[in-house]
Amino acid sequence: MDGYYAFMLVATLLVLMMTVPALALFYGGMSRSKSVLNMMMMSFVSAAIVGILYVLVGWSMGFGGDGVFFANPFELFALDGVATSDYIFVMFQMTFAVITAALISGAIADRVKFSAWLLFLPIWAFLVYFPMAHMVFSCTDEALICTKIGAQDYAGGTAVHINAGVAALVLVLVVGKRLGFRREPMRPHNLTLTMLGAGMLWMGWYGFNVGSIVFTGSNDEENMAQFFSETGRTFANTTMATMAAILGWLIIERLLHGKATSLGAASGIVAGLVAITPAAGAVNISGALAIGVVAGAVCAWAVSWKFRLGYDDSLDVVGVHLVGGIIGTVLIGLFSTSAGAGGIDGLFYGGGVDSLVDQTLGVLVAIAYSGILTAVIALAIKFTLGWRVTEEAEVEGIDFDQHGESAYDLHTSLSPSGSTGVLATATKSTEGANA
Amino acid sequence: MKLVTAVIKPHKWEDVREALETFGVTGMTVSEVSGYGRQKGHTEVYRGAEYDIALVPKIRIEIVVDDGDVTDVVGIVVKTAQTGRIGDGKVWVSPVETVVRVRTGDRDEAAL
Repeated sequence: MDGYYAFMLVATLLVLMMTVPALALFYGGMSRSKSVLNMMMMSFVSAAIVGILYVLVGWSMGFGGDGVFFANPFELFALDGVATSDYIFVMFQMTFAVITAALISGAIADRVKFSAWLLFLPIWAFLVYFPMAHMVFSCTDEALICTKIGAQDYAGGTAVHINAGVAALVLVLVVGKRLGFRREPMRPHNLTLTMLGAGMLWMGWYGFNVGSIVFTGSNDEENMAQFFSETGRTFANTTMATMAAILGWLIIERLLHGKATSLGAASGIVAGLVAITPAAGAVNISGALAIGVVAGAVCAWAVSWKFRLGYDDSLDVVGVHLVGGIIGTVLIGLFSTSAGAGGIDGLFYGGGVDSLVDQTLGVLVAIAYSGILTAVIALAIKFTLGWRVTEEAEVEGIDFDQHGESAYDLHTSLSPSGSTGVLATATKSTEGANA
Repeated sequence: MKLVTAVIKPHKWEDVREALETFGVTGMTVSEVSGYGRQKGHTEVYRGAEYDIALVPKIRIEIVVDDGDVTDVVGIVVKTAQTGRIGDGKVWVSPVETVVRVRTGDRDEAAL
């Protein structure tokens, strides 16, 4: 089916766009002006490092054979033995790995050495993401979550969002709070970037969810009708859940704090998309609307937990991705219909509690696996390289300390950065003389 | 000569400028500043976290005027910038010893 490859090319591009630049903009806008470049760089290098590692061993671990937790990393090393006509499926899956790792970075904004992040990425991808992708997406005889437990996850509620959310929670506990957390305002520095990023995430998410029809097997000539049905259902569910989640978030905000905010709308978009991700192929429109509004409302409330419990999840990765991922994955047990890709009726459609139990079990396995292994990696880095930049660097700005750059030059007439190299050098020596 | 410094609400800036120009003030220095008075700042909410924003945006106008014009200039600023609500700002007057026009070297009143 020629059109199918064109479809997957577009889907893959859309998911790649979700990390670079959509997530970078979404997170970058929410961080402080002195940390925005570092925040964006964490997404960009996730693409580079996890992407390359995925092609070397990730695809092989995920889809190279059978296994409860993962397949042999070297079976298809560097795609050796994979037909080039299958490369688009590799690339599609690679974009999932890339964004999952990048999602975590929002939790540890403003305070982490770039080198520690560079070290964390490949180890976490290898030990946590690639196995989790196998357990969820490679429905072979032995794969733990998909086959043995039988939990449905259309596009990555467990593998992507719960996985990233749990890892984020573990990292903030190991890394510690930003200096001044709960004492000084840490307002988003540019909500227009955040709104733009959230909008682009919404667009890109269609690649994520609709493209995940690759797992349903309805992509050959005989199943054209099913292909159209699946893509249509997934597209519509993704849209409806997102719209409902915006409203859910804004209503809770208006009730609790008196104002419906732009950051709330942007966050509602992401919460709805996260929650519908595992359920996109399983539920009907009513189910999608219900999942969306519940996710929007509960996540709006959940992001305040960090202040009550005292952990500093900078950009609310836990409140949005972990909570949203759990909501979507568990609610499949209620709203799934047998007309969907999984062919299972949930509790509300006469299917009993079996699906609810399976979904909950899938969530618990994902939390345990990601939580334990991420803790081991995070602690290992803490006691070797160390996670934190110096206090001075954190206060004065991680962008300059880690990258030698600043994001904005708003005083060009007085700044040496707009001048020639000679003048910049002269300015530097003057500063030295003054010091 | 006196330096009249006024800190006013940003949305009143155009009205004040027009009134001062009509009166005959030929030049002024204007900056965007932030600060607070008795009312302190305001509260903003980001994902449910309420932040007290102490510093609110204001416009600062600085004008050097002849001694005889001080009362009029201050009066114009106060009358034009007044809304009657909290945060309207302040005007203060300070003595100026010497003014020199950079282009010509003119001093004091001739330099205004």
